Amino acid sequence: MIYREAGQFKTTYKSDQALLPIAQDRFFVMALIAFAYIVIPMVANDYWLNSIFLQFFIFSLAALGLNILTGYAGQLSLGTGGFMACGAFSAFKLATSFPDLHIVFVLFLAGLITAVVGMFFGIPSLRIKGFYLAVATLAAQFFLLWLFNRVPWFTNYSSSGVISPPPIKLFGDYYITGTEATNLTQYFFTLTLVIVLALAARNIIRGHIGRSWMAIRDMDIAAEIIGISPLKAKLSAFAVSSFYCGIAGALWAFLYTGGWRGFRYPKIILGAIHDYHWWFGFYPGLICWCGIYCGTADFSQFRSGVIRFGVIRFFGNAY
Amino acid sequence: MFQAFFVDPFIMIYDTPLFFVEVLVSGLMAGVMYSLVALGFVIIFKASGVFNLAQGAMVLFAALTFVGLWEMGVNPWLSLILSALVMIGFAFSIERIVLRPLVNQDPIIFFMATLGITYFLDGFGQTIWGGEVRSLDIGIPNEPFMDLADMTGLYINKFDVFSAVVCSFLVVILAGFFTKTKIGRALRAVADDHQAALSVGIPLKTIWTIVWSVAGIVGLAAGILWGSKLGVQFALSLIAFKALPVLILGGFTSIPGAILGGLIIGSGEKIAEVYWGEAMGGAIEDWFAYVVALIFLLFRPQGLFGEKIIERV
Repeated sequence: MIYREAGQFKTTYKSDQALLPIAQDRFFVMALIAFAYIVIPMVANDYWLNSIFLQFFIFSLAALGLNILTGYAGQLSLGTGGFMACGAFSAFKLATSFPDLHIVFVLFLAGLITAVVGMFFGIPSLRIKGFYLAVATLAAQFFLLWLFNRVPWFTNYSSSGVISPPPIKLFGDYYITGTEATNLTQYFFTLTLVIVLALAARNIIRGHIGRSWMAIRDMDIAAEIIGISPLKAKLSAFAVSSFYCGIAGALWAFLYTGGWRGFRYPKIILGAIHDYHWWFGFYPGLICWCGIYCGTADFSQFRSGVIRFGVIRFFGNAY
Repeated sequence: MFQAFFVDPFIMIYDTPLFFVEVLVSGLMAGVMYSLVALGFVIIFKASGVFNLAQGAMVLFAALTFVGLWEMGVNPWLSLILSALVMIGFAFSIERIVLRPLVNQDPIIFFMATLGITYFLDGFGQTIWGGEVRSLDIGIPNEPFMDLADMTGLYINKFDVFSAVVCSFLVVILAGFFTKTKIGRALRAVADDHQAALSVGIPLKTIWTIVWSVAGIVGLAAGILWGSKLGVQFALSLIAFKALPVLILGGFTSIPGAILGGLIIGSGEKIAEVYWGEAMGGAIEDWFAYVVALIFLLFRPQGLFGEKIIERV
């Protein structure tokens, strides 16, 4: 950090326990949010809104989920892509089975379903950890994608195996999905969602659950001795993380691609993993990093590889 | 349902045992190819504790270099040597640029760094040599031995046998290298204990360069074999994921483990696909290996031959 908290005295409990206790952080985040709400919509064109920012917000959500699981709870996971697909397909089933359901509820329920699936695939974490767990979660990735591909019920018996979301109204005449949806509506919707969910994540982390995750991450045996149940901590981390990934996947299918051909290559997930190494979870930082990721997505792979590699190479020590 | 799972496959096996042997053999041969990729992982993990996600990219890059040089009109043997040299040069730069500054970091940081290498290599290889699928014909026909087929009715592919021979040749050389030479002994010392090895004067940096070079050359062999089977294309870098369950099965640090794990995974998934695939909706090859690894992990987390230092929770 280029600034210090020297001189910022906290005289009340409230200021001591504030979400962002350092003034610079607070102002930076507020300015960033204001910038995102006011300046970007004024200057950005459709290409930027749709191809860069939308993708960037969705990846931010997925990275938040991964950050919770791997950064905070210390459980290495390669299953993010599978969980995102799970969110996308459950949102699709919900939206087509209950056409009147509001998009927010669709996303929320899709997140919950993914959370249950994530907990199931998190069970191996009770026995193993580290790279072994990574391979175990990779099983989730391949199995889930195969399942959605093979069982026609998930795609409503579409012959091509592609799901296309029905047009859904956000409110009034504003469509959030389908051809009538404007990029601006989608931009504001995902932006708000990212902010709300990031705030929620921040608060979960500060609370009892988040502290138990960090205790498990730092030293699982000691955490168990002081009375934290590894079962609860690990499975809740998988659940919350999958909730985020599920919502990200649903947004990906509904807003960004407008259909789902699936994350066929684990590559994209690897890209998302890349984003979690903002280890101690300064969320605006994590989100900015996703911005770098998506901003470079249009570069050739070679150049974005150099950039990502450079970031790790030069900041790898700092995290 | 019950019948499709527990009765029909066995009847099929009983009725046509020859076909079963064919499936088994082709599975074992595919397993040999998985082992080749897994070998690269094991060599690096053993000597440096780095989980090298870039192995798949190295396979692709090596194969691309080989094909690219050959297409430019270089003699195939010369281009083989040249691509091996390129992989060695690559190992040098990896050690210098990536590993050395990160000494003493968490394993996860190394893991991330290899992820960066993956991105870089994929892009770099395709920038230099182009992204299209290239066919690679190394002169080994992809057809069964006709004499054997006439005599016994058993169809065994020549190419599969060739790759098995190449693989066993490599394993023998590597085993000799690891057990008989001075460098090999140093490698094993580093694998056992970094600090103790350093204190008796084994240069860690040289060792790292050597293991990455060896992994690169093994990757070159894997790339050529896979490339002539599937064509040299981007999908090659994805077979690295298939090597992960092989590693789980064999143990992360064992060379015989990688071989045996590859054979089990290869034959297992072929048999499962042929006999049980129908009942489960087909294409179960995609995830079968991972689920086997998952179940295996619950009972024997260190793998078949792995060291028993894995932390169980």
